[in-house]
Amino acid sequence: MKQDRDIQLFIGSLLRWGVLLSMAVVIFGGIVYLYRHGHSIIDYTTFKGQPAMTTNLSAIINGIFTFRGRSIIQLGILLLIATPIARVLSSAIGFIAEKDYLYTGIALTVLAIIAVSMLGGFGG
Amino acid sequence: MTVLILTLIILIGAYAAGLVGSLTGLGGGVVIIPLLTLLLHVDIHYAIGASLVSVIATSSGSAAAYVKEGITNMRLGMFLEIATTSGAITGAIVAKYLPVQYIAILFGVVLIFSAAMSLRKKVEYIEEKKSVLAEKLKLNGSYPVNDKPVAYNVNNVGGGFLMMVFAGAISGLLGIGSGALKVVAMDGLMRVPFKVSTTTSNFMIGVTAAASAVVYLQRGYIDPGLSMPVVIGVLLGAFTGSKILVHSQSKKLRYFFAVVVTILAIQMIYKGVSGTL
Repeated sequence: MKQDRDIQLFIGSLLRWGVLLSMAVVIFGGIVYLYRHGHSIIDYTTFKGQPAMTTNLSAIINGIFTFRGRSIIQLGILLLIATPIARVLSSAIGFIAEKDYLYTGIALTVLAIIAVSMLGGFGG
Repeated sequence: MTVLILTLIILIGAYAAGLVGSLTGLGGGVVIIPLLTLLLHVDIHYAIGASLVSVIATSSGSAAAYVKEGITNMRLGMFLEIATTSGAITGAIVAKYLPVQYIAILFGVVLIFSAAMSLRKKVEYIEEKKSVLAEKLKLNGSYPVNDKPVAYNVNNVGGGFLMMVFAGAISGLLGIGSGALKVVAMDGLMRVPFKVSTTTSNFMIGVTAAASAVVYLQRGYIDPGLSMPVVIGVLLGAFTGSKILVHSQSKKLRYFFAVVVTILAIQMIYKGVSGTL
């Protein structure tokens, strides 16, 4: 199946560029974070959750505009988490193009499960 | 400790974890968690969150190469992702209610199991028997052996699917890829050739981890200051490992690492039982 091969090559590139882009953002954010807070004292021995500027999207965006290292890192991590999800989405589109409705349905089911996980309020 | 020093220590440790994880086939996650919790006394929830992020990076990075080579069975992977992502959500929910001691003990047990699995002989097996369900789901495939496509059949779809729900749950609960369990499902139960099992398992790990990462993110497990050196270090270590792996496949080295990992696992179990984590 030639079309299958096209999807494989596209997905391969998508995964590679997704990882490279998110790593570049994480490294950049890391440099900003170390520059601003390198000499602060940090303690991870007790669980206190994440810093407030990194828990939701609007806080992260706000943090990026005020040039906060940890918000930039968190954006990179979000891009990283989005990479395999984008892979499922693009294979769903590929299956539609192939008129493989069984696998279009399967890919959409996987996306639906992730949506439930994201919006289901399991964070609490 | 200052941020700068801790970041450097974690970066070096994560690099080593990624390297060992790649050389043994265990994955970086199962090595970085004991390193963070036992040596640096990081809270296990932070360790699990950071590890899960690094798992997505290494899985996606290496899947990129395997998918292009055409070894990965994408349909089989997509179908089984229904099982692993459902399991992953369940695991991420349970993680909130399960006391830390039990998480540590379970982690140790999975670690020992994975170490034992990494030592086992790898036999390429081609299944001739046909399963009706696998045919209906178009799961049978072919993969290149010496540049020639070899066809194989997939069996025991139901059993493999159930095993994948379990593998996903362990992944969501412990913040690891649980590649060893996925390979058991595909290679052991569904009789998929070993090479196809490992690459397809790796292909699925990213999505599975993403499904629980979105829960972890909302719960505050993913601390950017900690995740940054972990993900960079593990990814670089895994990349180095994949380059070395092509040149040498030393048996002694595998045994050595399996012993090291087992010692870490026993310590995790001990800390869990004694409640000192």
